[in-house]
Amino acid sequence: MTRKLKTGELELRVLRYNPEIDDAPHWEEYRVHYEPMDRVLDALHKVKWFEDGSLTFRRSCAHGICGSDAMVINGVNRLACKVLVKDLKHPITVEPLRGLPVEKDLLVNMEGFFDQFKKVMPYLVNDEPVPAGERLQSPEERERFDDTTKCILCAACTTSCPIFWSDGSYFGPAAIVNAHRFVFDSRDRAGDERLRILGQKAGAFKCRTTFNCTDACPRGIHVTRAIQEVKREVLDRSI
Amino acid sequence: MHNEALTWSFAVRGPGWPMLVSAQIPHSPRFFTADTSERRGVRTVEKVGTIYRGGQGQWAFAAHRISGALVFFFLMAHILDTALVGFGPKFYNRVVGVYHNPVIRLMEIGLAGAVLFHALNGLRIMAIDFFPKASDRQRELLGFVIGLFMVLFAPAVFFMGRELLHSL
Repeated sequence: MTRKLKTGELELRVLRYNPEIDDAPHWEEYRVHYEPMDRVLDALHKVKWFEDGSLTFRRSCAHGICGSDAMVINGVNRLACKVLVKDLKHPITVEPLRGLPVEKDLLVNMEGFFDQFKKVMPYLVNDEPVPAGERLQSPEERERFDDTTKCILCAACTTSCPIFWSDGSYFGPAAIVNAHRFVFDSRDRAGDERLRILGQKAGAFKCRTTFNCTDACPRGIHVTRAIQEVKREVLDRSI
Repeated sequence: MHNEALTWSFAVRGPGWPMLVSAQIPHSPRFFTADTSERRGVRTVEKVGTIYRGGQGQWAFAAHRISGALVFFFLMAHILDTALVGFGPKFYNRVVGVYHNPVIRLMEIGLAGAVLFHALNGLRIMAIDFFPKASDRQRELLGFVIGLFMVLFAPAVFFMGRELLHSL
């Protein structure tokens, strides 16, 4: 591309792949106008709405809560709706998440990711008689797992993990974070079962403390620390 | 925005490219009229493979793996050469004499570095394993490991390098 960028124009490089046409993924460049407060998602929208409607990506709420638009932006996992283009080095590169099969362009198949999430029983288990009021919990007991309640299942952590890239059987940070949320909940009664599952070969001990997950989490969860706490709990309860 | 997009699409692609579909259907909202029949971006010939730009933790992990593999290969060779002692001193001495080769001696300095980094970073990993709270200070811990590595490796390079130069 030879034409110089105009003021207020940005260059967006997207790793595109359409299984019906392409043999392999390839880069495509777009130039779109941007406002000072535009996010990467806005730039992608401009491409999709005004340049090429076939550009495929997920997004839903566009406000950092639904966890749909995690992608590799300038080489790191980010939510496209939470990154301002003015904060990035240009040209901006956008790739699909790693370690999950690419369906089309930036859209990856998340089935495997959610299967691993389901394996850790990410729901409250308590068969004791239902009390008259609520199941009370002290502020300290609530604080114990507060950090891991923030997860939005965007897969930014799991797909930033070198262990997950090379071994898809690894549960991955997101599943372990969601197990942590219930293991350390004083109302839950299935902690031992969850820790048994996480003590398996593909479980928490596959974590090599690379910290990519902690760096990638758009919710600021201390992901590696949660995994370490789960590891420690597996050990402590088995002694 | 509207004109901007149109101008650029025309300027870049030249007259050979079809105009945007929405330009031909002026009354439709542009949201629903983007042409899906044709690629609009410019294909670039850059290589596709990119490296994930993880933080210090990722590079410490990579360095730990690489140094571990180097030490492993040395140990393999070392087990083999030590096993040769069973074939008599003459044979053994001849093979071990290879270690006096300057290239091998240079590799020995690298080996010392690999062992040292692997050991120190291994301590960092163990600290994080035993004390989950240390996860929040992993960058500082890595800084400490690298600092200690440099302090300990510098004299090793000095003395081993001096020996190497004298032997030339």
